[in-house]
Amino acid sequence: MMGELTKLTLAEARDKLRAREVSSLELTEACLSAIEGAGALNAFVHHTPEIARDQARAADARLAAGDAPAMCGLPIGVKDLFCTKGVPSQAASRILQGFLPEYESTVTSQLFDAGAVMLGKLNMDEFAMGSSNETSCYGNVVNPWRRGNDDTALTPGGSSGGSAAAVAADLCLAATGTDTGGSIRQPAAFTGIVGIKPTYGRCSRWGIVAFASSLDQAGPMTKTVRDSAIMLGAMCGHDPKDSTSADLAVPDFEAMLTGDIRGKVIGIPKEYRMDGMPAEIEKLWADGTAMLKAAGAEIREISLPHTKYALPAYYVIAPAEASSNLARYDGVRYGHRAKLAQGDGITEMYEKTRAEGFGHEVQRRVMVGTYVLSAGFYDAYYNRARRVRALIKRDFDQVFAAGIDAILTPATPSAAFGLGEMKDADPVQMYLNDVFTVTVNLAGLPGIAVPTGVDGQGLPLGLQLIGRPWEEGDLLNTAYALEQAAGFVAKPGKWW
Amino acid sequence: MSIAPETAARVAKLARIKVEPEALPALAAEFNTILGFIEQLNEVDVDGVEPMTSVTPMRLKRREDVVTDGDRQGQILKNAPDAREGFFAVPKVVE
Repeated sequence: MMGELTKLTLAEARDKLRAREVSSLELTEACLSAIEGAGALNAFVHHTPEIARDQARAADARLAAGDAPAMCGLPIGVKDLFCTKGVPSQAASRILQGFLPEYESTVTSQLFDAGAVMLGKLNMDEFAMGSSNETSCYGNVVNPWRRGNDDTALTPGGSSGGSAAAVAADLCLAATGTDTGGSIRQPAAFTGIVGIKPTYGRCSRWGIVAFASSLDQAGPMTKTVRDSAIMLGAMCGHDPKDSTSADLAVPDFEAMLTGDIRGKVIGIPKEYRMDGMPAEIEKLWADGTAMLKAAGAEIREISLPHTKYALPAYYVIAPAEASSNLARYDGVRYGHRAKLAQGDGITEMYEKTRAEGFGHEVQRRVMVGTYVLSAGFYDAYYNRARRVRALIKRDFDQVFAAGIDAILTPATPSAAFGLGEMKDADPVQMYLNDVFTVTVNLAGLPGIAVPTGVDGQGLPLGLQLIGRPWEEGDLLNTAYALEQAAGFVAKPGKWW
Repeated sequence: MSIAPETAARVAKLARIKVEPEALPALAAEFNTILGFIEQLNEVDVDGVEPMTSVTPMRLKRREDVVTDGDRQGQILKNAPDAREGFFAVPKVVE
């Protein structure tokens, strides 16, 4: 029974809680013991059982009083990138070791107001920079999925790898993620779950450790599309503390899940048909297209001509913003400070602190960002990348203006790969993981990954749907139709 | 364009990250790989295109210019590696 409770979706658990068939404390205890038994996955890195039990009891009291907001009593995991009051929040970096925020991020505080229960903090790539969860100061997260009977440890993807693994392994009912270039959608696809990055501005960024501020967005990672609709509704909304937060009403996303997509126009972008795309991904995409067509959508081939330049533009803009955002980690106000030698001044303190505190990938990106912003290169790199970004957005504006409602693409170029497999590859090879997702961040659009099949080795594969800005409700409904048609039910066999 | 180890050293200095001299050639090689990838952007015709500043066209909200927060010295200093007498403490800055 305990094990079964953690397998519930948010919607199922919510209904059972409201019917008083189960208590939040029971659900929470079931998750806490599942987490305790899943150390091998290395998904939860800071455990908060006391907070969880207190929140669960409070939720049970609310439920008993007939006050049951959207997330009331539902146990979730929180990515380590979110600042949570009094709980370690270190973005998987050594440089924030010991940091205990004196405040709560807007997204987590909204989730708590909606009754959610926090089980603990989830592993991730350091400062959300990575696509395999191998840059974390806590060590790798291991994907609960394996290639058949082969016990090779696979990546859950990144950067929200802990969130993805925890949801896929039923350690929590859902988790928060963040997505700067694909960090919700790629790990969701690698672990057979659903993840949505909303339109830029939907979720407040306040209290979320910044990576690239013009690209970062939070979003839910869940077992089903319905769950994403429920949790996204609780996460988003206007926040005066984030100047880029949109002052727009948040619709009831769940109520928009009719599954009826008749007459919707789905674009299939020809530029996403990459050279050397594995046949399995090609087939997954064709099958997904056929499913949407069978559900009554009109399929139209479209062109997004600047797609090829999205990754190089991203690898100018994101490091540039990161180099600026991460300048605050100087060993003065919070986190790690290096031990200084006799005669060391403040510059040595900065340099030693940052060399010790930042991992290799973070250092590399901060320095690339510093280079592209430096005198003499700012125009050639940074301003050019921002111009190309404008063209990438224009590509999307044009297809939406021509009547496209949503765009269907693969979520990733492959299934999950082995941990360490990319160790000797150059950094650009790893960056290619985000080839289908990064355009969406550059254009500020909502994008969702939905599991729709498995590869020859039994690993999950996902498709991505991209929507019009602010139309997450419509996008979720299209994703819901795809989810229903695909009928993806595979789960990883428990080995941990 | 190719980055020499001396340039890598200058970038590391600007970024305030200590890099040992023996690590500079490898770092320069990584920069070259990444910058080589970025060079593709030169193929794009960007004439007359304004650099994007905001992905969603919106006006920043304005509010009354009044103090809305403050008086949190204790909270602000709480996470400091070294705080004394209500200040952040750092090594000597001026000679």
